[in-house]
Parts: sequence; structure tokens; C-alpha cells
Amino acid sequence: MSELERLTARLAAVLPPDAVITDPVRLRTYECDGLTHHRATPGVVVLPEGAEQIAAVVRLCGEHGVPFVARGAGTGLSGGALPRTDGVLIVTSRMRRIVEIDIPNRRAVVEPGVTNLAITEAVRGQGYYYAPDPSSQQVCSIGGNVAENSGGAHCLKYGFTVNHVLAAEIVTPDGEIVELSAQDPGYDLLGAFIGSEGTLGIATKITVRLSRAPEAVTTLLAAFTGIEAGGHAVSAIIAAGVVPAAIEMMDALAIEAAEAAVHCRYPAGAGAVLVVELDGPRAEVEHQFAAVERICRDSGAFEIRVAASAEERAAIWKGRKSAFAAVGRISPAYIVQDGVVPRTALPRVLAGIDRLQEEYGIRVANVFHAGDGNLHPLVLFDDSVPGEAERAEAVSGRILDLCVEHGGSITGEHGVGVDKARYMPRMFTGDDLDTMQLVRCAFDPRGLANPGKVFPTPRLCGEVPGVRRGAHPLVEAGLAEQF
Amino acid sequence: MDTRDVGDALEATGVTVRAAGDGDEVAGVRPRWVALPESAEEIAVVMRVCAAHDLAAVATGGGTKLHWGAKPDRCDVLVDLCCLNRVPEHAAGDLVVRAQAGVTVEALARALAEEGQELALDVPVPGTTVGGLLATGIAGPRRFRHGTARDLLIGVTVVLADGTIAKSGGKVVKNVAGYDLGKLFTGSYGTLGIIADATFRLHPLPAARAWVTATVERPVTETGQVMSAADVLLTAVPAVTESPLEPSAVEIDWPDVEGPCTVAILVEGAAAAERGKTLCELMGEPMGGTAEVAEEPPPWWNRLPSSDDDTLLELRIGVSSLPHLLPVMRQAADASGARPAIRGSLAAGTLHIGLRGLPHEIAGFTGLVRDDAEGMFGGRVVVLAAPPEAARRLDRWGHAGALHLMRRVKERFDPDRRLSPGRFVGGI
Repeated sequence: MSELERLTARLAAVLPPDAVITDPVRLRTYECDGLTHHRATPGVVVLPEGAEQIAAVVRLCGEHGVPFVARGAGTGLSGGALPRTDGVLIVTSRMRRIVEIDIPNRRAVVEPGVTNLAITEAVRGQGYYYAPDPSSQQVCSIGGNVAENSGGAHCLKYGFTVNHVLAAEIVTPDGEIVELSAQDPGYDLLGAFIGSEGTLGIATKITVRLSRAPEAVTTLLAAFTGIEAGGHAVSAIIAAGVVPAAIEMMDALAIEAAEAAVHCRYPAGAGAVLVVELDGPRAEVEHQFAAVERICRDSGAFEIRVAASAEERAAIWKGRKSAFAAVGRISPAYIVQDGVVPRTALPRVLAGIDRLQEEYGIRVANVFHAGDGNLHPLVLFDDSVPGEAERAEAVSGRILDLCVEHGGSITGEHGVGVDKARYMPRMFTGDDLDTMQLVRCAFDPRGLANPGKVFPTPRLCGEVPGVRRGAHPLVEAGLAEQF
Repeated sequence: MDTRDVGDALEATGVTVRAAGDGDEVAGVRPRWVALPESAEEIAVVMRVCAAHDLAAVATGGGTKLHWGAKPDRCDVLVDLCCLNRVPEHAAGDLVVRAQAGVTVEALARALAEEGQELALDVPVPGTTVGGLLATGIAGPRRFRHGTARDLLIGVTVVLADGTIAKSGGKVVKNVAGYDLGKLFTGSYGTLGIIADATFRLHPLPAARAWVTATVERPVTETGQVMSAADVLLTAVPAVTESPLEPSAVEIDWPDVEGPCTVAILVEGAAAAERGKTLCELMGEPMGGTAEVAEEPPPWWNRLPSSDDDTLLELRIGVSSLPHLLPVMRQAADASGARPAIRGSLAAGTLHIGLRGLPHEIAGFTGLVRDDAEGMFGGRVVVLAAPPEAARRLDRWGHAGALHLMRRVKERFDPDRRLSPGRFVGGI
């Protein structure tokens, strides 16, 4: 009998009867998250209803030395919730209560399975919203947002999950329930926990900041003949001292895909479109809008549309928000990347991506959060053509190299997960990664929480830094892979 | 340990080292040497000598807050970062700056202003360096709008106790690759490592600023029974923060609990004057018709309500509970004999309290306010600084959840407790 089987036999004692899944067919529905080309059928799936139950499961994992992975809605794009065949997948989908809404103190307390948008929907009537808005916000869970430090189109102005979470109750890898609060004196463990991709524990209750809905919102779509002119407009807007709520750009191929999928009717002949959203006090938005419109025209925009209503705003956003899925209309398969470059390096990096397309004979559609330099190149390929998937993978890696060479990052908001762990050494030294893993060692010395994610090489917590001989014990134990 | 050998070892690093003097004391503890490294590599060399000879080290920048925190259990080397005073990179088009730890926030602000930009943080202690700002996590009025240092920090280079140089984050604002060590080091009082440089996201300088101020002449009546200030603020503050005028800061200044208190609100942007006028009307009624708009801040803006010899408390509490604490502080002043001066953010729920009085009076006041703040309202009271006589009677940190996890983090980063030992929460 394996340790996993021994553990599974004990789960019934700590969970409700229907909360343990061992049926192979049902297990397979959890085999991947949004990164669908990495798959692993979980050893066992549990559906706990509260922190105590999660803590009990995690303690059992500790007793049996079995790894565990947490999963929210499974929308992540880096394989952060990729299960372990030899481990427990802890799914928070039954923890969907909004525990408290406290408008006078501008905060809400929610369970991890609550969707991002549900928070906003619960407080919209009172003039508030939850600011981080990942594109998957209708379905993604707040627990997953905390694990990944999710952003969204509007994080240019408003920041990320970490800037909007005030406290979290977590289950540590020891199976202990601990409150991490921004208000408490001491180390900012909350800040370290958010974005740790499930490697430091599982959030079981989250206190989020609620933001006041802005008085005015204006959305503008500007069409350019080419991406260079659009890029110039972005730089000029920032240089003019305007911080829009969002600046998004799509290139010709992305526009073509969106048009095919959702008929967004972006201006014909556009080589690039820019979506700029301004929000704030009405008087400020009016000032900024005048500046942005002038800059777009000066930069060569041949058509500018302004949304005057919520419906018109939705129409402008429709093409942008559907872009990922829409690419499926023009290509049998694609890889989404998430690299970031300093905004001023955008033209050079886009030119570099053009050269890669020619070199490899692979098409790349560009959709990006232009305001903060976060690229989402969609690398298109046909998996029925031999060798094309490999070439697409190579282009994808070369794009990340370009980002790092220009002082950027391999991931802006999708996380490292399993997908990009092997690219981490391109951005960080061994010392950098070992130092980060000191935090891991403090929380999870046995490496049971989501092993194999984020770091290419696990750090053995007892060892002296820099001295490592033979096979890594965690690799030998099957708890981690080395890339 | 032979002092001469250690001195020789420090000399041999090539880093400037001098004998410590009276002005180098850390919360009353005098180090033996002061090292003046000029780069992260030089900090690392010093740390390796400290490791080899089991020397305890404390980092300092402007020295403006060396008396904050508990006194170190031991301190052999003061690592003075004043020579790391360059701004190696200001990418104006990217709204990003990298500054070495020893750069003062004033010098940084001057450099950024040349490009029409700013680090949108208020630092209420003049002469604070980037390193000191991060080590203490101190913040001023605009914390309401922009958060604190941790919210604007995007990358950091640190030197650990064993001399390892490590960085996390980078120079792009949007970046989730790896753990965010910057957050962990912000507010860590030098107990995890020495910050060598930091990269921040910037904001364009606002086109205009306007301050709206209003004074409540008798915030608490003579009997101390009627909570008039609390009543006024309970109406006025939400009226401001819930208005669509988006103030950047809402501050209170109450220098003497027997006297008047002033509320000042900052609005920023091209239409600041116009928004200020609207705010004035909004504030006028609940505040008794006294609100005024000005283009300059009141003199107390972005300054702590204490001098170096005072005890300094920081109160963190939900904004709706905060007005209830004002009469509590008045009553605690009466009961203890301590004299508080109160200032801080009504909108963000953080107040600083400068305290004068005898040690037992200060301890009495702190205990009474903490009992109410922590017990009734779920807030926290932290003693940021206290003279030694008062400090002996004070629990500096109050309630800290997850303390055992913090200890485990400390054990991993500094297992031999050589970095600012004893300075931090729980004796870390």
C-alpha cells in the first residue's frame, strides 16, 4: 500500500462523505488548469468546506509525506494548479461564501472559492468594487488570485492583488491555521505569501480592500496603420503625465482573429488598435481625455472612437477581451506568453518578435497591456504539422529571452508555475533563487506544498548554501523535477 | 576574540572602517567599528568578516531612526550606507527609478522632479534614506492613495548575513517571477539582511495640488463626556472619502488634547483647485463652516508629532473605529498624566502619537489606548520609539500574529542572529 493510499483511507475521517474523489473518470476532470498541455491525473481530490478541513488534510499529508496542490477555479495559465499523480489536490470550489462586507472600513472578507467578479457584484450597488480584474474574472477564484498575485488590464493604475489584500487566514504546510495581517507588526509575511503560487500554504479566508467606483470613466479606441505609431502614442501619453486606468494594444493579426470570432468591428485597415481607458473625478478625466485624444491624432491615429455609454465601452473591450480565445479561429493551436519589458523597449522587442516570426516561419499575434509593457504574444502553430509545435515552443522561449535581455520579466501576471520554472535562471542567479527559497524553507521545509512549481531546482532546507552533491534528495524522493 | 585581529580583518577588506564614537550609538548601544561600504559587493565583504568573527551588525542610513526599535542585544559593527548615494538608473519613460540605499528621499525627489516625476510616498522624517524608509516602512499622508513603500517597491538587492548578494523583483512594474523579497524586507528593521539598492515605480508629478483645511475648536467638551470631535469626524470623513473627488490624503492634527484639532485634505491633479472648492463645501457643513482651500500644505503636514526625545506610538485601526479612539486618548491622557500629540491619516486608519511625560505616565497611556484599540476595535498599537527609561516599562510591539512563522524566517536568513539582534518584534 502506498503512502497516498494510506492517506486516502484516512480522509473520510476528516471530510464530509462526498468530499473525497477517487473515481478515475472524475479525477481526470482535474488533470490540468488553463495551461492545458501539461496534464497529470491527481492521486486524490478533496473538496473541503472550511479551513479546519483543509488543515486536517494538510496535516495528514505531512504525516504521510505526501505532496499537496491547491486549486481554485483552475483558470491559471502557468500550470500552478497542475496536480501530482502521487499527491492530494485540494479544491476550494465549495468555499464560496462572502463572509462579511464592511463598507465603512472598505473591506470584504471572503472564502477562497469566491470568484473575483462576485466581490464586485456584491458591492457595486453601494458604489464600490474590487480593483484587480484579470481577464478571467467571471470565473477565476480569489484564492487563485492570491496565489498568483493576479493583475489585469487596470493594474496599470491600481496595482495587483497584493496591493488590495489586507489580511489572509492561511493553512501553513504544517497544517496550522494562521492569520497574516497587514496591520500586525512584524515581517510582511502577507506580502511574501501573495504570489507564492501555493508553495507557502493555502489561503482559506481573505480580507480584500474595496475601492470607490470612479465618478467618470471614458474609453477610447484609436486605430493606427502600424504598431510603431501606436507604440509612439503610448509613450507620449505616459510622458504627458497621464496615468490611464488601462492602455491595451492589439496588432493586425490579433485584430483579424477578434474580428473573425466576435465581429468587434474595429476600424478596417488598422495595423494596430489602442484601447485607452481613463477614470477618476470627472474634471480630471476631461483634462486627460483632451490630452490623450490629441496625442493619438498627433501620433497618426486615422480613426478615434469614444465610448459614451457602458454598452459602447463593452463593445470596445469585446475585441480585446476575446483575443486569446479568438486566436483559435485562425490557428489550430497557440501558446500564450506573458513576458514584460520596460515600456520604452516595446518597439525594439516587437521588432525582435517580427524577426523571430521570419526566422522560424511561425506567426505571432500580439495583444498586450501596453501601459506596463506586459506582452501577451500568441504564438500560433499547427500541431498536425511535424516540428511546428517545437518551433513554436522555441519562438516562445526566444521571446522570453528578448524580454529578459531588455530588462524585463518572464511573467507579468500568469505566474511561473511549471511552465516557466526552467526560465527562472535566465532572470535570477542561483543565489537569488536560493535566497527566495529560504522563505520556502521557513514555511515548508519538507517541500510538500505544490512542489515542482516556481523554482527550477528545489533547495534542500537543511543544507549549507552552495554545497550540493549527487542527486537532489527531493528529486530522488520524486517530489520535484530538475529542469 | 582579539579585537586587534578583528580590526585588522575589517581593515584588510579595503572598505573604509573607523572606530565608533559617541554619535554612532544604536538605541544606546555603542558599536566598536563603523564600516562605510560603497557598493553591494563591499557590504558583502564586511558581512563575511562579521560572519567569520561572529560580529553583530546594524545598518544605518541617515541615522534619523537609529533610536527606533528595541536596543540591539549586541552591536559590533555599524554598517553606514551613506556612501551608497547614487541613483544609477532613472528610466523616466518607464516611470521607474533604481536608487542606492544611502540616497536620501529628498535627494531622490530632486532628481525625479527634473523629469516631472515623483516617488508618490510621503516620508515624515526629513533626512530619511531609501534604506531607512524600507527598513522601517514609515509612511505619510498619501498612504491612503498610493499605499506605503512596499506598494511602490518593485525590486530590491539585499546582502545577507553570510555575504550572499541576492535580488528579487526587477525594473518592470508588472512582474510575478519568484518570491517578492522586497515585501519581506520592508519593515524588517535590518534583521534579515542589508538593503543595498531598491527600484520603485514612479508617478508623474500632479499638475496641481490643493489642501482643504478645517478646524474643530473644541473637539472634546470640558466634561470629556460628549464626543463632539468623534461625531464631527464620523460624519465628515466618510463624506470626503466616499465622495467622487478622490482625495489623496485626509489627515488630522491634534497637538494638544485640551485644544482644537485640524483636519486637512489633499487633492491632486489638473482640476485640483476646482475639486478643492467642492470639498470645501462638503466639509464646511459638518465642520462648522470653517473650511478653507490653500495651495500650500499646513506646516504640520507630513511631519511626525514628536521630537527625538519623545515616545512615538503608531496606531493602526479600521477607519470607522478611529474617531472613537479620539475620546479614548483624551481620557487616557487625563488618567495617566501623559501628554499626547496626535497626527495621522483618518482615511487610512493610521495615527502617530507623540508622547511626553514620566515613564509610568507613558506606560499608563500606552496601556489604556492599546487595551481599547486592540481589545474593542481590533486595532494595533506599536511603540516606534521610546527613551530608555520609558522603554523599560513598555511592550513595544503588542499583538503580533504569526510570530512563530516570523521567527522561522529569521532563523533561515540569519541563523546566528548577527543582524540587528533583538531589535524587532518578539526579540527577533
